[in-house]
Formats: sequence, C-alpha cells, structure tokens
Amino acid sequence: MAASSAGIGTLLCKNINKQIEIFYPTNRRYTWCVIRRICTSISRFRCQGQIKRKSAPKELVGVVGLEVHAQIQSITKLFSGSQVRFQAPPNSLVSFFDASLPGTLPVLNRRCVEAAVMTGLALDCVINRKSLFDRKHYFYADLPAGYQITQQRRPIAVDGTLTYSHLGGTRRNTLITKSVRIKQIQLEQDSGKSLHDDRRGQTLIDLNRAEGQLRVDANVSVHRPGDPWGVRTEVKNINSGRNLARAIDYEIQRQVGVLKNGGTVQNETRSFDRKSGHTLPMRDKEGLQDYRFMPEPNLPPLIVYDRPSTAPPCVHPSQVVVLEEVRAGLPELPRARRTRLVESYDILPEHSFTLVNEDGLTDYFEAVVKETKAGPRKVIGWVNQVLLGLLHHHSLSVSQSPVTPQMLAQLLNLQENGQISSSVAKQVFQELWRAPGKTAQQIIQEQDLGIVSNTTEIHRICQKVVDSHPDQVQAIRGGNKKVLNKLMGLVQKETKGRADPVLVRSILEEKTS
Amino acid sequence: FIQRLLRIEVSLALKEGRISPTELCRKCLNRIKKTHHLNAYITVSEELALKQAHEAESRLSKGVSKGPLDGIPFAVKDNFCTENIKTTCASNMLKDYTPPYNATVVQKLLDQGAVLMGKTNLDEFAMGSGSTDSAFGPVRNPWSYEAAYREKSGADPDADWVIAGGSSGGSAAAVASLTSFFSLGSDTGGSTRNPGALCGVVALKPTYGLVSRHGLIPLVNSMDVPGIITRSVHDAATVLGVLQGHDVKDSTTVTDHPTPLTGLPDDFDPRNIRVGIPKEYHGPGLSQETLAQWSRVADMFEQAGFQVEQVSLPHTQHSIVCYHVLCHAEVASNMARFDGLEYGHRSDVSSSTEAMYAATRHGGFNDVVRGRILSGNYFLLKQNYEHYFVKAQQVRRLINEDFRRVFGSGVDVLLTPTTLSDAMRHTDFVQEDNRTRSAQEDIFTQPANMAGLPAVSVPTALSSRGLPIGLQLIGPAFQDRSLLTVAQWIEQKVGFAPIRYHGDAGEGEIRVDVLPSTPTVWEKNYLIPC
Repeated sequence: MAASSAGIGTLLCKNINKQIEIFYPTNRRYTWCVIRRICTSISRFRCQGQIKRKSAPKELVGVVGLEVHAQIQSITKLFSGSQVRFQAPPNSLVSFFDASLPGTLPVLNRRCVEAAVMTGLALDCVINRKSLFDRKHYFYADLPAGYQITQQRRPIAVDGTLTYSHLGGTRRNTLITKSVRIKQIQLEQDSGKSLHDDRRGQTLIDLNRAEGQLRVDANVSVHRPGDPWGVRTEVKNINSGRNLARAIDYEIQRQVGVLKNGGTVQNETRSFDRKSGHTLPMRDKEGLQDYRFMPEPNLPPLIVYDRPSTAPPCVHPSQVVVLEEVRAGLPELPRARRTRLVESYDILPEHSFTLVNEDGLTDYFEAVVKETKAGPRKVIGWVNQVLLGLLHHHSLSVSQSPVTPQMLAQLLNLQENGQISSSVAKQVFQELWRAPGKTAQQIIQEQDLGIVSNTTEIHRICQKVVDSHPDQVQAIRGGNKKVLNKLMGLVQKETKGRADPVLVRSILEEKTS
Repeated sequence: FIQRLLRIEVSLALKEGRISPTELCRKCLNRIKKTHHLNAYITVSEELALKQAHEAESRLSKGVSKGPLDGIPFAVKDNFCTENIKTTCASNMLKDYTPPYNATVVQKLLDQGAVLMGKTNLDEFAMGSGSTDSAFGPVRNPWSYEAAYREKSGADPDADWVIAGGSSGGSAAAVASLTSFFSLGSDTGGSTRNPGALCGVVALKPTYGLVSRHGLIPLVNSMDVPGIITRSVHDAATVLGVLQGHDVKDSTTVTDHPTPLTGLPDDFDPRNIRVGIPKEYHGPGLSQETLAQWSRVADMFEQAGFQVEQVSLPHTQHSIVCYHVLCHAEVASNMARFDGLEYGHRSDVSSSTEAMYAATRHGGFNDVVRGRILSGNYFLLKQNYEHYFVKAQQVRRLINEDFRRVFGSGVDVLLTPTTLSDAMRHTDFVQEDNRTRSAQEDIFTQPANMAGLPAVSVPTALSSRGLPIGLQLIGPAFQDRSLLTVAQWIEQKVGFAPIRYHGDAGEGEIRVDVLPSTPTVWEKNYLIPC
C-alpha cells in the first residue's frame, strides 16, 4: 500500500510520538466496515523498542502503524444492497454491482455510514460533516472493477483518541491506563477472495467474502529516536491480536538486523507465516504500485447532518444520517462501563474487565445483583468464576446459559437465608445447569439438600468425629485452634455439606474445650 | 409509407385504431431491413418487438393504454444494458455480452409499453464523434441517400456517403430513417447532439442528474447523460417526462420532484426571453453555412421580440483540452473492469494472470480505447495528478462559473451551433485520427457536459450539399422544460423537413400525408389512411 503508506508517513512526521490513527475503509462488496488503525509508537511497541535497544547498540526503536479492517454488522453490503451472511456459500450473495457488471453504480448503505459515525464518536473522533469517496486502482483477480472505493482524501472521521486500560504489575492487578491517537476512520469496499485450486491449477474468485473477522495490516519501521522515520514495510492480513504482536516483534527484529548488518530496509509488502512466526516478502508488487487515486464520480459527497432539521427537505429521511441520533444510540462504552461497575458495586477493577469483555456478562451480573440479597462481591465470584467457567467449558455465550440470572439469584437467596450451605449451593448450580427446568428449591427438596438444623443429630455426628480423632482434639486443646477447621470439614463430609457451619463450629468448640 | 410521422400522431393513430401496434412494428422492422446498409443497428430484437407490439395491441383494443408511448417503436444505443439482449458497446470486448438487467431508462420505457426494436451502433464504448470506430463497422448517414445530397454531390452514395456523427450515430440514423420513432443515445461530450445535428433530428442532452445512468455503460461518469433523439421537440419532451426523476440505483440523480413535461407552452411572450449568443463559439473552423444558420435564427429571435445579446464565456477555449484530460482519466478507471475474468472477451493466453489481462485487453479494445486508457492512466499517476487531473477540474469549475455568471445575469438560453459544419464524407473524416476529430467535433457541445447543463440540438436547414445543419440551445441546470419550449419555437419557425420515405405501392401500406409542421396542425390532422 505504497500510497497510503506515504500518507501515514507524512502524518507520522508531524506527530512525533504515541499516536494512533484509524481509518475506516468502505468496503465495496460486503457490508464490511473496515477500520484501519494506524498507530505509531504505542507503548507496547516502544517497549519492544527498548528491548531492542539492549540488543542493538544503535538504539533503534520500532515505529508501528496499524490499519484495522473490521466488518460492519449490517444486513446489506456497503454499496450494493446484497445481503451479508457469514459462511455463505461462495458467490451466493453477489449483486450485479458486486460482480462489477458494466453499468452498475454504487449506492451507499446508510447503516454502514451510521456504524462508522458511531465508531468515530466512540473513539472521540472529529466527524467530518462532509466526506468523499475515491477510487484506488490496481489489477487483481479478486477486485473485479479494477479499483476499490475508499476514502483517501477526506474520510468520515479523523483525529480520535482511544484511552484504554489493562492490568499489569507482577500480580497483574495494577490498572495501567494508556491512550493512543487515531488518525482516521474510513469506509472502504472490501475486495473478493481468491480461492486457489492447486489440483486444477486454477484460481477461483469468491466475490462474496464476508468472514466477519478482524484483519490488520501493520506498517513497521525502525529508527533512532529523533531521526527521520525509517523505510516502512507493510505486513498484511494479520488476523489475530496474538499474531499481530508476533509479526510486529519479528519485523522489528528483522529490520534492526538488516540495518545492523549494513543493509537497507526495502519498502515492500510482506506476509506473516503463522507457523514459523516470520514475515516474508509477498510475490506481488503491490507495495510498489501507483494506485492512481481518483474521486469516485458516482457517489456524491457523504453528508452527516447535526440534527434532522438541518437536512434539506428534498433528501428522503431514510437517507439522512443525523449525528444527534447516532450519538443517542451510542451504547455505554467499555471504559465508562468498567468505571461505573467498580464504583457502583465496589468490585475489583480486574473483575470489571471480565464483566465487560464477555458479551452480555455485565447485564447478567447486574440482573442477578438486582434480584438477590447477596452482595455484589459475592455475586461477582459466582458470575465470573462458576458461571463463566461452565460457559467456557461448554463453548457457550452468556445468552445461551441454561441458568438464567433469576435462577442464580434465587439460589443465592437460599444461601443467604441460611437454607443451604455454600457447598450445597455450588452443587445445586450444577444441577440447575444440567436440568434447567427445575428451580433451586425443587432440587433441594428432591435431593434433601436442605441445611441440617437438627441440633441432636449434629451433636451426634460431632461427638462421633471428636471421639475418633483424639490427636486432633488434643492439639486443639493445646492451643492450635486451626485444627478445628479440619474437624468441621469431617462433620460436613458426614452431613454432605448440609450442616449449618455456625452451629457445627459452636458444638465442636464446646466439645474440644 | 410512413411519412413525417411524428410520434404524437402515431400515438393518436394507434389509439383511434387507424393503425395497430403490430402493423406499426412490422413497418419499422421492414424499414430496418431496407435501410440495412446504414448499419444503424447492431442487434434487431425482432421477436421481442413483435411480442411487445402484440401486448400493446391487446391493451389498446381494450382501451387501456399505458400512455403516450404505448406501442411506439424505439431504439436504444448499444451501451445501455438490456436484459437478455446483447449489449456490445460496439466492442469486441463485449461482443457476446448479454446483461442480466435493464438500464433504468430502458425499463421505464418498457413499463410505458414502448416497443424496443433493437440496439444501435456507436463508436466503441462511445469514444468518438463519427460512429466510424465501431467493431461492427461505421454508421452511414441516411441523408447520403436522399435526393438532395445525391443530386448535388453527383456521387454514388454507396462509395461517397457521409458520416452520421457520433458517438450515438446509430440512434440518430434510426430515427432519421424512420425505423424507430425515438431513440436513446448517450451524451458525454456531445455524443447525442452531434449525430442529431448531422442526421437532421432533435437531440436532447438533459441536465446531469435528471435522468438515471444506472445501466448505461459509462464513458465519463461525471458527464454522461442519457440522451433523447426524436423527430420533434414535443416528442423529446414527452420522452424526457417519462425518463426523468430520482433513481435509488443512481445516487447522482436529484431527489426533487421534477417539473412535469407534458405539453410545452407555446403561448409565451418572447419579450420575456433573453437569448445569449456566446462570442467564443464564433471560432476557426466554423463553416459559412452553419454561421449563416446561426445568424438566421438569431435574427428570427430578434424579429420576434426576444432580447438577443452577445455574451462571453471566456474559458470556453480551454474546455476541450480539460474535457479530454478528465474523460481519459475516467476512461482509464472505468475500463479497468474489462479484464476478461467475469464477462466479455477473454484471451486464450494462460501463462499468467497478468499475461491474460494484457492479451484480453489488447484484443478486446480498439486503438482509440487503448490510447485513452494509456493517457488516462498517465494523467492519474501520482506525479502527474496535480498537473493534469486537478488542473482540469479547476478549469472545469471556471467553465461552470462562466455559465453561472451568464445565466445569473438574466440570460435564459444560449444559442450556438451544434457542430462546425454539416456531415463530412466518410473518406474525408477518416483522414484524421479519432482524437483530432473528437476535439473538432465536440468543440461546441462538451462545455454543456463540463457544466452539467441541459442542451438540445434542433435541425434548422439543409446545407448547399443537401445535408442537415443543427443549432444548439443551452439552458441553466434543471430548466430543461424552458429550453425545450424555446427549441420548439425554433422548430416551428424554421420549417425543417425531415427525411420522407415514399411507400411502395405494392405493400398496401398506410399512406400518410405530409403535414405542415406546426403543432396546432398536428393536433388536427394526422394520419389519413387510404
């Protein structure tokens, strides 16, 4: 991506450090919203640079910019109105426009524009009230028009910031907050996908690509701080965060190595090999192409209106994107949500991360808290460990959980009321998971799991335990009160965890005093 | 045979049952066969036409007409997509290409019951001004075979025919030779008006954005407009009334509700109309006869009480150069999709994808198209973009500003020649290359495309060679109706006589009287069957 690289380079020169730029490319063939994020010198990568400094005496540091391509969740594609479905059979959802049939014209999908505007707002960008579309030309078998519609000159959103936190420190419980700058968000048509049939020596083209995955291109260069930027390479089509980190680490190392040996870094496009962890030059000359950008003449400037009243009357309301309305529809953002959870429920920051990172888990947690007497700190343990553990084990999403928040709340209430012990509660939870038709109450009754509050019976069991463990009793009498817990455990084992622990403790204390 | 049959008359005749749609369709099909030498059609959709005509007939017999175009034969330039009918762009690249959909304009006409006769010839991908650069051979101007030309030139028309103009030469020839009652052309730099002028028919380029381009295989997206070719201004207004309006499939169409075009007023007060004569259009190469027609009509305006004044459009001289830069750049982009992978011609070369692309594009496109792709890509190179494309766009804005200023000063319409002269002989025309010819031929027409303005060419007289001369009217954006009103005024005053065909006695055809060319008379007299 020579041209966009140059653009990035320019921008990087202006902004010395710690900056993230986001592009939203508009895809042409699916409703992908491609988010390109170009960032340089994120802390993480500067850390990488510092590591390099130790090994490289010239103190070369890495500079990284990311283009993040993400698909917009929309029923129809960005420009064609064709439906989008993941894993749809090849070419089953292709419109005449997608196939670039002569005479077809792009028509912008309002839902995609709104999604881009919403992302812009979420990332604290300036929303351009007027943005433009451009054609980027190159010949490739899976680009049937011979050009891609993108937003090179004036994208829909610019100059944003993403502030994020993560847990660090030796115990991974220190909250570290960072901020990266976003250059731009642009709407961009996605290309098709080449399917290589090695057996027949043919390449098949799926114009229907809609994998719903993140795709990241990393632009990497190295330089000595204070010097001009080094020559960049672009590592294309990285599909996970982990591989992104590996690719960047490798590429920085590689470039440092090249320079240390007196070589020069080539401006080129590279691919990342997941198996070896290496980046390799791509055979095509894409990195060296002149994309011959040109304004897209078939799409008028994209206008975002501040309020419905500012839209001209001749424009049909269904075609108007209004900033005010998109802003109103903006959900609670992760950072704000984490802060609120910590403040409202007095839970640990790390727990707030778990709640926010798992889709639907915050709602689940809050629903349980609302309906139970148990405190939030108690609920968080159940939700983040017991529930989430089972969900992950069965590869289920929160919404697929057989145990509803109401069921869990009921269970916790039984525990709070002293009707069951905590170990029984965990047992009942498993039962609920297996047989979601029943209530906790029913399970407890059916399996006789209710707490044993018959003092005579508990006295009998305690006496039996005390009689059969004279050494332990001796130790307790000798002052080692901790051994009492062992005897308690033995009593609970006898009662299958149903005995009221407070009662057991007092009886045992009495018998061992 | 069918004489100066204006569509409205046919419409009325159909309605009154004096001629049936099927009869009319057959007559046009016969005429197409008889005028085969003109090479106006690439594809004749005979079967479909008869089927449509039959449907129109059953509607009309029940008294449920779809409107003024129901049962009326029309032709479409072969760069508009037609479902299940080959659409070639007169190129080897699309020689066997059959689109799966109809262009919006075609669909609208079919929805009105109009009968599609076929697809007309053009310069390959509409790149040209003579309809001489077609993979299917050149179009001949029907006037080459008229007595007026034959007698004066003394030449054998089969060896010495004149060009039809272009690039919509087939569409203009089809209407001029009465094989269709109207036709669609496309107009990027004058491609509808130029052949309209040379073939002696009315040729309208509507305001950019008034008519959908969906399904028009593009030349220059920012300038292309579907054009309308008819035998009368009134007909052009009727067809525009059907075609105009927003199309969700073309984001550049305006969403406002356009003015209805039924019935152009003919009782306006000329004293309220200001006619501008742009002095820059009086340039080198303008023939004496065309100049004389220009003066004649300007005088007619003056005598009738119009306010006629000289105006200046100072950037006109730069327009054609900038037009070519922008045109070639968009051509380079628009032609990129023709790589042989998904549709159209594909070369047998299979050594690599790149080699296949190169061979496909070399074999599929003619020299003109390849030349424009090459220069267009040159203009778009990063190092050249500012010098060519951006500069041309800036000049385009200046040209636009020229027009805005003149119209802003109160001028209602501009009167100019459409072409430098009447039609050239084919043998003379091909002495110069396509680029030179396009620069000459589009000189008066392309500024209206640069500015997106409506413009119409109206035939005014025959030259001393017996060939039509047309004049152009240019109006402010979206004033298509006012423009046509003035055009109709000219039409009524100049008394231009289109080509007549004398029916063969043996055919037993309906004979139609030659009618005086005033609308009041059209309304009263029409076809007289005998």
